Amino acid sequence: MKIFRTFTVFTALLLAACGTADQAKTTPAASGSLTPIKLQLQWFFQSQFAGYIAAVDQGFYQEQGLDVQLLEGGVDIVPQTVLAQGKADYAVAWVPKALASREQGAGITDVGQIFARSGTYQVAWKSSGITTPAQFKGKKIGNWGFGNEFELFAGMTKAGLDPGKDVTLVQQQFDMQALLKHEIDAAQAMAYNEYAQLLEAKNPATGKLYTADDFSIIDWKQNGSAMLQDAVWANTDKLKDPAYQAQTVKFLVGTIKGWAYCRDNPEKCRDLVVAKGSKLGKSHQLWQMNEVNKLIWPSTAGIGVIDDAAWKQTVDISMTTKNQTGDTVLKKAPDADAYTNTYINQALTQAKAAGVDVNGASFQPEKVTLEAGGA
Amino acid sequence: MRRILAILAGLLVIVALWEGYKAVGNPDGTVLFGVRVLPRADDLSMPHVWTVLQRLGRPELTGGRPVWIVVLQACLFTLGITAAGFLAGAAVGLLLAVAMQRFRLVERGLLPYVILSQTVPLVALAPLVAGWGGTIMPPWATVAVIASYLAFFPVAVGMLRGLQSPAASGVELMRSYAAGWWRTLVKLRLPASLPYLFPALRLAGAAAVVGAVVGEISTGTRGGIGRLIIEYSREATSDPAKVYTAMLGAALLGLVVAGAVSLFELPLMRHRRHVEVVTL
Repeated sequence: MKIFRTFTVFTALLLAACGTADQAKTTPAASGSLTPIKLQLQWFFQSQFAGYIAAVDQGFYQEQGLDVQLLEGGVDIVPQTVLAQGKADYAVAWVPKALASREQGAGITDVGQIFARSGTYQVAWKSSGITTPAQFKGKKIGNWGFGNEFELFAGMTKAGLDPGKDVTLVQQQFDMQALLKHEIDAAQAMAYNEYAQLLEAKNPATGKLYTADDFSIIDWKQNGSAMLQDAVWANTDKLKDPAYQAQTVKFLVGTIKGWAYCRDNPEKCRDLVVAKGSKLGKSHQLWQMNEVNKLIWPSTAGIGVIDDAAWKQTVDISMTTKNQTGDTVLKKAPDADAYTNTYINQALTQAKAAGVDVNGASFQPEKVTLEAGGA
Repeated sequence: MRRILAILAGLLVIVALWEGYKAVGNPDGTVLFGVRVLPRADDLSMPHVWTVLQRLGRPELTGGRPVWIVVLQACLFTLGITAAGFLAGAAVGLLLAVAMQRFRLVERGLLPYVILSQTVPLVALAPLVAGWGGTIMPPWATVAVIASYLAFFPVAVGMLRGLQSPAASGVELMRSYAAGWWRTLVKLRLPASLPYLFPALRLAGAAAVVGAVVGEISTGTRGGIGRLIIEYSREATSDPAKVYTAMLGAALLGLVVAGAVSLFELPLMRHRRHVEVVTL
């Protein structure tokens, strides 16, 4: 914490020193010579990336002299690999997966932990009586695999279960049909996506949509097995270059403004995402926007600052939790280059100076009503 | 006329099988010794045919365009990619076949690699090719590259077989006319290879469709039917019929491509008969 404070003071001084120079730089940039930047997202355009979409649309990146192009993800697109190969300037990726790529040689650094909290749930039928991970014993537990399963495995291990023996693991699809058909007893779901899909489905027994009362949620945040998710990753080697450092700060300033904008204008951001051609409906996107905001705000240290304790928990789980094949995410602890708060702190100072509320202390989530099929 | 009736009858049989299974099948599927041998017949897994057709008519999203227009447009987009991939793949396949026929050494050296190329899993190849998008070619072209990668193979192998098919007597006759390699190729080998080429082209057409759809899914290329399948399948929880509309689109695309490829044969078939008379 002390180091962190010294950093802030230091960066504040630094910024004060070159404040005038910065302003001089941004003005001509805005008039035409923008630096082209590519940001690789994890998936198709959806509210999960609303902050970046809003920052492009509202000109927050342009103010910083950046022309940001958002690259959509795909089934076989691994953002951190795209970044490490130099095909993108920055990438959005989950921390454990990115760290695993890092261990295999991808030179990337977490420069902004946009989602401070994990959005992963395990959802069961309320009628099944399952409310804690310990009750998974002997049940069929759905999981996504491919490195998305470690919060679940850590949670079960913590509850005293051996995930390999005490439960039947079932590979889950993108959709939640397996849970609806009672093929599995608990399904992995993101609060902002798959859980909403459940509430958009019709209960054949009543002809009405399922409600939150039909399901019970095991939230890994409350079970001490949550891991850090969406973060902005930069290229480690390029971070040695002062020009890329400055560009990273500018990119983060725009990103902070974008997410703050979406906190204050969720409906507007929903519309921006829908206008980007998302095939998911409007109410689904608003739900997602609201849930994503909950993962960011309120942010005591400021949006994007990597919390040491949460990082440590993520790394610990990555190193100790074994999945069904006995693999861990990481074999050894990541080195010091794995994350840095240097650039996000500079960006926060700049954003604050520009009058942006970077903490969102008064943030209140909305109540979103989902329509059938998310329409 | 009879052909159209046969196609319609085929369609009806499929619909009858689907609905028939729904009527008699166990909604929870049939599980034997812990292995599901028959799929579930409930509405979530197998929506009624009319539900799917109705879904085609309703808007994709509230206030949006009807699904059938979206699906059709996606099909057209993928058709373009498939066509580009097919043509490029067929051209590469033809050139390879000719080169392999001309030089024994090339055949010995290259053919194993041509066969090996098809054992490289598409999921490993796609991200690699996808990286070219936006820098050296537009993103859609990367998908066409993937499609051509699958399409060139049957053409190369089938065409090589075709070029080698003329009887020794034919080749000797050409030689006695003092015809060079090129003339032998154009007058004898190419016409003789046509019966081998057409099945190869049909296979290439099907492979190009698969390549385009899988390539789109893999790289997330926007606008095509592959992307639509993956987008709609995410909504399968609440709107299972929607996935099937996209799949219908993909099936339609396959039929259109197969039909288009067989159209190629019409002018060439005449040619072939003509050639047969000459070689006889």
